[in-house]
Amino acid sequence: MADVKKMATRDAYGAALAELGEEKSDLVVFEADLAAATKTGVFRKKFPDRHFECGIAEGNMMAVAAGAASMGLVPFASSFAMFAAGRAFEQVRNSIGYPHLNVKIGATHGGISVGEDGASHQCCEDFALMRSIPGMVVLCPSDAVEARAAVRAAYEHQGPVYLRFGRLAIPVFHDENDFHFEIGKGETLAEGNDIAIIATGLMVYEALEAAKALEAEGIHARVINLCTVKPLDTELVLKAARECGKIVTAEEHSVIGGLGEAVCAAVAESGIPCKVKRVGVNDVFGHSGPAVPLLKEFGLSAENIAKVAKEL
Amino acid sequence: MTDAERKDLQIKATKVRMGVVESTHAAKAGHPGGSLSAADMFTYLYFKELRVDPADPKNPDRDRFVLSKGHTAPGLYSALALRGFFPWEDLLTLRQIGSHLQGHPNMNYTPGVDMSTGSLGQGVSCAAGMAKAAKYLGKDCRVYTLLGDGEIEEGEVWEAFMFAANYKLDNFCAIIDKNGLQIDGPTKDVMDSGDIAAKLRAFGFEVAEINGHCFDEIEAAFQKAKETKGKPFGIVMHTVKGLGVSYMTNSVDWHGKAPNDAEYEIAMNELTAKLKELEA
Repeated sequence: MADVKKMATRDAYGAALAELGEEKSDLVVFEADLAAATKTGVFRKKFPDRHFECGIAEGNMMAVAAGAASMGLVPFASSFAMFAAGRAFEQVRNSIGYPHLNVKIGATHGGISVGEDGASHQCCEDFALMRSIPGMVVLCPSDAVEARAAVRAAYEHQGPVYLRFGRLAIPVFHDENDFHFEIGKGETLAEGNDIAIIATGLMVYEALEAAKALEAEGIHARVINLCTVKPLDTELVLKAARECGKIVTAEEHSVIGGLGEAVCAAVAESGIPCKVKRVGVNDVFGHSGPAVPLLKEFGLSAENIAKVAKEL
Repeated sequence: MTDAERKDLQIKATKVRMGVVESTHAAKAGHPGGSLSAADMFTYLYFKELRVDPADPKNPDRDRFVLSKGHTAPGLYSALALRGFFPWEDLLTLRQIGSHLQGHPNMNYTPGVDMSTGSLGQGVSCAAGMAKAAKYLGKDCRVYTLLGDGEIEEGEVWEAFMFAANYKLDNFCAIIDKNGLQIDGPTKDVMDSGDIAAKLRAFGFEVAEINGHCFDEIEAAFQKAKETKGKPFGIVMHTVKGLGVSYMTNSVDWHGKAPNDAEYEIAMNELTAKLKELEA
């Protein structure tokens, strides 16, 4: 593990904004007093006249960004996932989603891996909230390379996009020189027909580790990375259901309303006989602690994915 | 303003009021009270103040208007129809399936509507974002938004006001329709907002406090707004809810209720008489 480069997807977000800002003069950033944490400060340093501080007022910020989008700008509005998707839900729904305005919501500090700040800041409900808004694209990159590509794809996409990034430095396993990203398309990272593990965000690397452990026991697991939580790559999910007959989903999110439920719905409605189990936060709040032990405690680990897979 | 100009605006405002009565009667629903209190403002905005063109409703350099108190859409729709953004007959489709006239404004359906609103407190933020974007883009367009005096109970309104003052948005003008009534009763009983003009000044606004049914005062306020530099502008307009229809005047009951057939006849007779008197 020591040789694996680690980087938080929020760092990739800041770097990607600064990079994209060079090319796109209509890209502007709105921030709610968290620039150092969301990493939009990296963009601010380079483009101070295009970084608009909104103060600690996330609801206003989202509607302000909607107004700016209606004027032809491409705003990235940033805060922690809890406040971007949670506190400002109704502004996102009514002022961004309903008029389908071209606002990109850059939400950092998603999930349990926020760590020490505790449950008040560990947002495990954002996929559920954002998925429920018609026309909203929901992205959750699995590493820094994918995060960078997702920011660019979100910019190019016409319409609202919710991007979830993490606070914790996690392994960078994608090869930057050979990486293609497309909204709505999943990525098969390992082949196998005994079981499919469908994961998003930091759980993708855990899924790969779980697949290795299963392989050692003679179980050939397919690993699918779904950065795009919505719209779901139904074709890829159903192919896995058909060919593997067993699916484990893995996400750093409540088992309610997230990727797991989306996969369950797609499989159930397809009529394909396939068992599904969800690894996620089991309808509980988190608590304070260092991120890595917390993830293990809540079952958001390779070990737990492998255990659940074997139980299927 | 000449006497002829004033009279012309009064005639148009009466027609806008007729549009409010006709559309809510046809819909059997809607919000006539606050549409009528703001009818003179809608008229002045669309016939005097806003640089907009019904033939080119999406012109990127146009002035913007955001109806933050989106439930008074019948007043906005009537002014837009009268100005020629869409046929007057469309008003009779208000709130019906297939109509472009939704219960609350939709920017993607209705020509001339600059922002989808209806959830109170959000439109003013959107308008502030437009004004900030206009500054950033170097456009000289102005952004106007109309709020209710009940609406300002929403905390987001004050977040938006802070934002506008912080960024010295002197292209931004917030108009508060102080008709004194909201759904649950008089505003001072439901949640007393106190001295709104003083609050706006404390938030960094230049303010005019006017009679919202007097076109000369509206004109003077907008003139002052355009002359104000380095600060956003607020207009607190004192109005009478339901003005123009006798039984709706200053009545909390007519916030969100449509006239039935008999009530429609009475209202239209009153407004027709008013129109005849003005046109005489």
